[in-house]
Amino acid sequence: MDISFSLIINAIAAGLLLGGFYAAVTAGVSISFGMLDIVNIAHPAFIILGSYIAYFFNANYGVDPILVSIIALPAFYALGAAVYQVYYQAFERRGQESLRGLAFFFGLLFVTEVSLILVFGVDYRYVEAAYIGPSIHIGVIDVPLRMVVPCVVSLLLFGAIQLFVTRTFIGRAIMAVSQDQMALQLMGVDPIKIKRVAFGISIATAAVAGALLIIIQPVEPSVGREYIGRVFAICVLGGLGSMPGTLIAAMLLGVVESLTSTFYGPSWAPAVAFGLLLLTLAFRPAGLLGR
Amino acid sequence: MNRVNTAKFALITIAVGALVMAFAHWMHVDYLYFASYTILQFIVLATAWNILGGYCGYVNFGSAAFFAMGAYSSVFIHKFHPLPVPVLIVIGGIVSGMVGFGMGYLTLRLRGSFFAIATLALAVVLQTLVVNWDFVGGSRGAYIIRPEELEFAGITVNYIEYLFALMLLLTVIALVTARTIERSQLGFGFATIRDDELAAEASGVPTLRLKLIATSLSGAFMGMAGAPFPYYIGYLQPSSAFGLEYAVNSIAMPMIGGTTSWVGPLVGAVLLGSAQQYATVTISSAVNLLIVGLMLVAFVIIAPNGLVGLVQERLRAWRRPS
Amino acid sequence: MSPLLHVDNITKRFGGFVALDGIDLEVQPGERLGLIGPNGSGKSTLVNCICGTLQNETGRVQFDGQKLDGLAAHQRTHRGVARSFQLPRPFHSMNLVDNLRIPLLYTVHARVGPLRSTGDLDARCLELLEMVGLAKKATQMPRDLTQVEMRKLELARAVAAEPKLLIADESMAGLSHSEVNDILALLLRLNERGITIILIEHIMSAVMSFSQRLAVLVSGKKIADGKPEDVVRDPEVVRAYIGQ
Repeated sequence: MDISFSLIINAIAAGLLLGGFYAAVTAGVSISFGMLDIVNIAHPAFIILGSYIAYFFNANYGVDPILVSIIALPAFYALGAAVYQVYYQAFERRGQESLRGLAFFFGLLFVTEVSLILVFGVDYRYVEAAYIGPSIHIGVIDVPLRMVVPCVVSLLLFGAIQLFVTRTFIGRAIMAVSQDQMALQLMGVDPIKIKRVAFGISIATAAVAGALLIIIQPVEPSVGREYIGRVFAICVLGGLGSMPGTLIAAMLLGVVESLTSTFYGPSWAPAVAFGLLLLTLAFRPAGLLGR
Repeated sequence: MNRVNTAKFALITIAVGALVMAFAHWMHVDYLYFASYTILQFIVLATAWNILGGYCGYVNFGSAAFFAMGAYSSVFIHKFHPLPVPVLIVIGGIVSGMVGFGMGYLTLRLRGSFFAIATLALAVVLQTLVVNWDFVGGSRGAYIIRPEELEFAGITVNYIEYLFALMLLLTVIALVTARTIERSQLGFGFATIRDDELAAEASGVPTLRLKLIATSLSGAFMGMAGAPFPYYIGYLQPSSAFGLEYAVNSIAMPMIGGTTSWVGPLVGAVLLGSAQQYATVTISSAVNLLIVGLMLVAFVIIAPNGLVGLVQERLRAWRRPS
Repeated sequence: MSPLLHVDNITKRFGGFVALDGIDLEVQPGERLGLIGPNGSGKSTLVNCICGTLQNETGRVQFDGQKLDGLAAHQRTHRGVARSFQLPRPFHSMNLVDNLRIPLLYTVHARVGPLRSTGDLDARCLELLEMVGLAKKATQMPRDLTQVEMRKLELARAVAAEPKLLIADESMAGLSHSEVNDILALLLRLNERGITIILIEHIMSAVMSFSQRLAVLVSGKKIADGKPEDVVRDPEVVRAYIGQ
């Protein structure tokens, strides 16, 4: 009884930490899908790209992975802005985003994954840092630092985005463009530029999420695909565009996955997120906190 | 070309298929059989995908799941009592068709993008279920020993040729079905869903019902393509049955070939399939997939109506005196 | 005489925004009702709720003695409600004839069975195009039409469904004076044949000359409903809409 209690508590704790991390992973999609209505299923590919970049500079130059990701932020932002520009010109402007836009992002996902396989191979890669290895003990709870640090950074990132969206002009313009593009135009703001900025930010978050991912677990190119379901499950469950909803949904998913993994084995874990996604879409597509 | 009615078209495709069959038999190079079988499989998958994707505008990212379900229903039945492959094909079609219907019923009331994400989710859930299901081999895989030959009405046929002939027949059926739909009232209804679903509803088109028909039909054909696969390949693993190349090719082939008619998936599958067979042998399978991905992205941006669209534009420009 | 359309206490919310707040409306068979109000007052939302494009949260919609609540839009079209969209939504991959063929195949045939051969269908489509003056462009694609022509196509497509109730949502925007009169004459002819019409317009002259009754929507509430000459003199209406 005692053992199983501590097992459950540890699973929940791990789940909450994982959930915090998932929130950062999902933050980017909250912006691109929740606010801009762009179904960027290639987002996990950008995250994995971030992981590999962190790996490269960590393995070859010993740089801390989180530091790498912060330095990489502008590059990822530019990449995101460029991708949006192509997406807008080729699809959004022509009203073709439903079929061809999706195929476009799927192609990007695919190309990124296969390119990484060609460059780095299919072996698992991992990073080294001072906080990877040691654990902290609080009572019966045993949490590895390599879970705590990403969770903390994730929550900071998440908080930063929330502040940005509610307090800055551009942030509020992004919220506005998701609700009434026409009104924004009448105010003299170029909605395309705002969307480009938003998408750039969305991809920039992937840089950080990627570094955090490779801290938590070893990475190989196809890991991205597991995250597609997680990310969209959290987005939909949390209610599109609602940042607090996303956080709660992320925590919930983390805990459920962790408990499933502990009691039924890790090979069932991918099914949790995707199964949850299917159920949500089928029965409550507006999300938990949906209107 | 428009005057060719369905019966004539069916006969033409069967004749072409018979010619292909005779040629392959005469050449009798095993590798050619394998390569052609794969291409035929892709023609069916691409045509099936296009019924939902090209005609209705709903993207299915989980083609591999429907294909694999056909394959795994064959494995499942084989463990009890092997049935003739044509029966397995029908069963595979029914199983995948029902899953398509079920999933459609749950998610087709939502936007197209939600449906697409749901198909992705379905693929992973099903793969996870299969990986954890030891009866059909789990992650270790399942062996299916196929007979060397088959007795049929007194004639002994090489089993590979038999499977090839079945796949050829399935391809003919898929193409005839796609073409018939395209020209029928159903095809018209599909096009309105693609063009403007809201206006379609307002004009009296029962969009949900039509979408369910498309999803079920599309899933069924994919399952039918998958049913003979374990016999063809001898050893079935989840990673190969649910392989990414099925998902990406069933999207890339119609989009590159052209999504608005039955010709597109055929053209895309033949060209892209042959190119990939060549590339896999000469370069590597990873590079081959990379090229498919790049071509998909390029075509989707530059030539939204695919190769067929490009040809049509060329013809239109040529016919119009400037 | 029982009303053809009875809208009973309809409310529709989008998140926290109340688009329709307890709307009551009746339309008698054969009536010509005008519906006016400022932009954003909920006219199109009301149309969407009647036609099934949106589902209202509270209240009922009754048509021809039967409840429409819960029915999908295409089922309501089969029952006899047709509408044109405020922003034209043609089927852009088909030419004009085929655009009109859709409601004929899916609504008229669904009701009475396929009585017509292909040749008859084509003839009917051309007849409808002739009615709105687009017969010469029959084989062209919607992208080749002007905005005005697309609105006429919208109207033709709605009429093709042989409705009992036709809701024309701002079909006259951007038309010239003579074109407005043409559409009015068309709508009057349809009304004489027995089709009940709800006309949603901003062009006051058209609304006044056409409507037997006038209803005014402002900020999701109906503030007036009666004879046109009385309604336009109602001070609240003048303040909210006409005085602008």
